[in-house]
Amino acid sequence: MVVPALLFIFVFSYVPMYGILIAFKEYDIFAGFNASPWVGLTNFKEFLYAPEFKTVIRNTLGISFLKLIVGFPAPIVLALLLNEVKIPLFKRVVQTISYLPHFLSWVIVSGFVVTMLSADYGSLNIALEKLHLIDEPVNWLTIPNYFWTILIATGLWKGVGFASIVYLAAISGVNPDLYEAASIDGAGRFKKIYAITLPCIMPVISIFLILAIGDLLSAGFEDILLLQSDIVRDVSDVLDTYVYRVGIRNSLFSYAAAVGLFKAIISVALLTIANAIARRSGNSLW
Amino acid sequence: MKISYGERMSSGVIYFLLALLVFVTFYPFWNSAVISFNTGSDTSLGGVTFWPRDFTFDNYEVVFQDKRLNQAFLISVLRTVAGTLLSIVLTAIFAYGMSKKELVGRKYYMIFCIIPLYFDGGLIPSYMLVRSLGLMNSFWVMVIPALISIWNMIVFRTFFQQLPDSLEESAKMDGCGYWRTLFRIVLPISGPVVATLALFTAVAHWNDWFTATLYISNAKLLPIQTLLQQILSSNIMSEQMMQTSSAAQSHMASARTITTKSLTMATMMVATIPIILVYPFVQKYFVKGVMVGSLKE
Repeated sequence: MVVPALLFIFVFSYVPMYGILIAFKEYDIFAGFNASPWVGLTNFKEFLYAPEFKTVIRNTLGISFLKLIVGFPAPIVLALLLNEVKIPLFKRVVQTISYLPHFLSWVIVSGFVVTMLSADYGSLNIALEKLHLIDEPVNWLTIPNYFWTILIATGLWKGVGFASIVYLAAISGVNPDLYEAASIDGAGRFKKIYAITLPCIMPVISIFLILAIGDLLSAGFEDILLLQSDIVRDVSDVLDTYVYRVGIRNSLFSYAAAVGLFKAIISVALLTIANAIARRSGNSLW
Repeated sequence: MKISYGERMSSGVIYFLLALLVFVTFYPFWNSAVISFNTGSDTSLGGVTFWPRDFTFDNYEVVFQDKRLNQAFLISVLRTVAGTLLSIVLTAIFAYGMSKKELVGRKYYMIFCIIPLYFDGGLIPSYMLVRSLGLMNSFWVMVIPALISIWNMIVFRTFFQQLPDSLEESAKMDGCGYWRTLFRIVLPISGPVVATLALFTAVAHWNDWFTATLYISNAKLLPIQTLLQQILSSNIMSEQMMQTSSAAQSHMASARTITTKSLTMATMMVATIPIILVYPFVQKYFVKGVMVGSLKE
């Protein structure tokens, strides 16, 4: 019963792992994978000295850190806020609406972003003009300075609701006696959140933080690919989109595979380090 | 107990923030829907926000008559149905086998499955693999590589292991083998898990545009999301309209109320409708799904 599936995993997961060896070769389309000559670390060196290296790494780390700083606490805050809501209908409406974007494809979401931010009577421009904050429509998506903000805001819009589910569930698992005892002691709302809720859901937070750190070099892929244009290339190219662009579009398989492997190795290392640190507090993945 | 002034103030702030979140989340969706129901020529005058000013179904008429969009919609439906059915059945079989204690080497198989979750070959080797398997430009490239989901296997397995042993023992006494036990006894009582995973898989299939971007160049095989992405990125809609059915063309000539933007919005809505339709069902199950999913960690 398990053999066909194991074979399947072998083919679709392990063969590509072996295929990563192409990063140490110079892929020759006519010779094929096996006959292509070995070149050692040439491809890695080429990437390290490439003019794009600095921008790609800067964008990857910059976008990623911002996503982590904004996107990681946001669902926790949302869950804490939702937990304070005492009107069931209101709570349900907020949950239903805020979970929805998670189920829309990035194509649709990027369509929304383009529509909202369009200089051609996009809603943001209409609103800002009405408030007299701008004098004429701004084509937001073509201004490099705004790209990161747009990206982070879009990611937040799509993901914050759904990500809050896990925290909400964790909060609902907190022993209600603790709150009661705190109330008797005269603790206010914020004191209770700070002294009871947060410590109680710490294990969940910690696990998701480890995973997020392991993902630091994944600054995003679909969102960036869909929202970027040549005008904002300098601020939007990250490791994953770079691999796609040079690898698939320009057919530089070996070079792109080397960039991909570079990313994968650092990611596994980051995950391991984060996990090792978390193990001291007893909340590690393994 | 008396509620202090400060508590009431903070309640107000909380409700206000959440209401703001609802508005900000819902508005882009609403505004795009409004534009799709507004005549394009009116939209281009600006100021269409909360309500259609010049209501029309014209945009949808053109979209529904567009052969390419219809074809893409059909492809999306086919891959979603085929991909979900096959993936759930095959993954369930796999998971059932993996849940059996008598499976020799089970621990090693599990490690074999978990390694790819943390480290994979990446885009380029996968691309080369698909190419060498001859799956390029084939409908099945959207189905086959996603057949076995390791995550789903773990969720299924966890569920199967929780089932009481007595259930299967009685089946075994009656002479049922593993296969019959799985299909006659185990799967029928796994309704909620099957539903949760099937819905998640289906949503993922419906929303996936990148697989086709990567592997398919034949325009007839593109799913709706990929086609929509192409429309959005290059706004080939106007050019496309020239080539579509004469009905649409005469429509254009007579009314001239349709613009690229209004058509794009209508297409976006059409590509979203299936999600909106299944969303209530998904919502019923997904909290459970997320919880089971996060158990593995």
